[in-house]
Amino acid sequence: MADTSLARNSAAPDTSAIQDAYLAMTRTKRMYGGIMLVIFIALMTSGFMLADSRNAGGFWDGILNIFAFPGEVLAEAREKVTLIPALMVKFFPSLIETVNIAAASTLIGGLLAVVLSLLSTRGLARFPTLVGPFRRLMDILRAVPEIVIALVLIFILGGGPVPAMIAIALHTAGALGKLFSEVNENASLKPLEGLESVGANWTQRMILGVVPQVAPNWLSYALLRFEINIRASAILGFVGSGGIGYDLKNAFSWGQGRYDEVAAIFILLFLTIVLFDQLSSHYRNKLVGKV
Amino acid sequence: MLKITKLTRKFGPNTAVDAVSFTVEKPMMIGIIGRSGAGKSTLLRMVNRLTDATEGKIEFEGRDVTALKGDAKRAWQSDCAMIFQQFNLVPRMDVVSNVLHGTLNRRSTLATMFNLYPQADICRAIEILDRLGIAEHAPKRAEALSGGQQQRVAIARALMQDPRIVLADEPIASLDPMNAQLVMDDLRRIHEEDGRTVIANLHTLDTARRYCDRVIGMLHGRIVFDGTPEQLTTGAARDIYGADAGFSETSTSTSIETLERAGVRAMRTAEAAI
Repeated sequence: MADTSLARNSAAPDTSAIQDAYLAMTRTKRMYGGIMLVIFIALMTSGFMLADSRNAGGFWDGILNIFAFPGEVLAEAREKVTLIPALMVKFFPSLIETVNIAAASTLIGGLLAVVLSLLSTRGLARFPTLVGPFRRLMDILRAVPEIVIALVLIFILGGGPVPAMIAIALHTAGALGKLFSEVNENASLKPLEGLESVGANWTQRMILGVVPQVAPNWLSYALLRFEINIRASAILGFVGSGGIGYDLKNAFSWGQGRYDEVAAIFILLFLTIVLFDQLSSHYRNKLVGKV
Repeated sequence: MLKITKLTRKFGPNTAVDAVSFTVEKPMMIGIIGRSGAGKSTLLRMVNRLTDATEGKIEFEGRDVTALKGDAKRAWQSDCAMIFQQFNLVPRMDVVSNVLHGTLNRRSTLATMFNLYPQADICRAIEILDRLGIAEHAPKRAEALSGGQQQRVAIARALMQDPRIVLADEPIASLDPMNAQLVMDDLRRIHEEDGRTVIANLHTLDTARRYCDRVIGMLHGRIVFDGTPEQLTTGAARDIYGADAGFSETSTSTSIETLERAGVRAMRTAEAAI
């Protein structure tokens, strides 16, 4: 009995000490949080004011006109709404070309990204000392804008879909390689140890041990990249690689009277993205086994 | 107090829980035993409303719990704490924050988003941790603690809810015998000192016998045994597990006492033989 009361007495100041220490820690955390919030708001406000003062037109004057251009496009498209289905049919072949460029570049870039990601994940890499160089290689692939690579390649190879495909594939390899390698980091090493214990080589360990764990995540990143690449290949059409981007540029730049074509192309692009979004979530669920 | 009537849960063609009925008149400690897949977890999850019932009714003090929705359902969940086999704590948050999660139902979303809790709640959380003997770990991240300590944090979170009922789904299945005993002692104390009802899924018979006032046995989703621990003979246990005469408790027991008893018995037989 005496022992228990003694133990309680010695425990009581202990608890209050822990409470005080924890409350002090909470106060410090809250103070830092508050200071960070104030700094964040101050930086955002001052940054915005600075950018606005350097702006040619001024944000507040321009913001009211933001809907003027889309409004003009929509107004003209509404007048010629009956022509739009025919225009969509007319532009459909160029859309196919654009989607083809995106698909081929996603596939080639994705395969390259798989190899790069496995070589640049710590704990999995075939050559652990070369993890850094492979990462820097992916950084370079991501850093150079695809439009620059495409312009250089168009200069060398001439206009057409192949330079656009190569340019997008290189960028895809860098971007997906980074994402894939982050997925690989979360893969469990236990199956790999199991495969190593039976004498499997590196390639076998990667294909049979890592890929089954990470494939669903790889696929969803690759499909997202495919959507991004459709848009990128449409943009590259502006610099002369064919596809729907070329038609879009012509419709835009030849001035008045072509906004119905612009509307038709945007509708086509929107429908394509929706279609591939639906397709990709369907097949991803199938792979994960949720359907 | 708690009345369950013909509670059924179907997963596609499988019936996990099949027309289960029982009544709890006064606060007590109940152990549910049965082999894996017998529907014990699904039953507890339905009481907490983590899983919806296909048919049947759960009534608590005359209120139909199965029909609750939205806010009312979350308020019930706050009254009916759940402890999981794998602890289900937020691993990257500190122990006290994990315990404070027990008050989420009473606090505004905005305040909890920024981890802002009243000072009184923080003090109470640390008092509860002290009661369970882990107050010195208060500022540590939950993932830095051992399994037994994490389970006691989970119990502290349950106590922070100030619940009427504590449900424990295999609370000691991933713990070693020593920690298992500490956790079960804590659950028993929650019942004895606070007068709360504790319903625990257990997978060892000796734990059920030692700690519970009432034992319910389930097989293939049905209740096949409902009685006091004394009535739970080896024969009754064989029926619950659908086992034959080769079934022996001591061979798989994880309790330290049982091992000792078995050891003493072995010694005696050896001595007798000599």
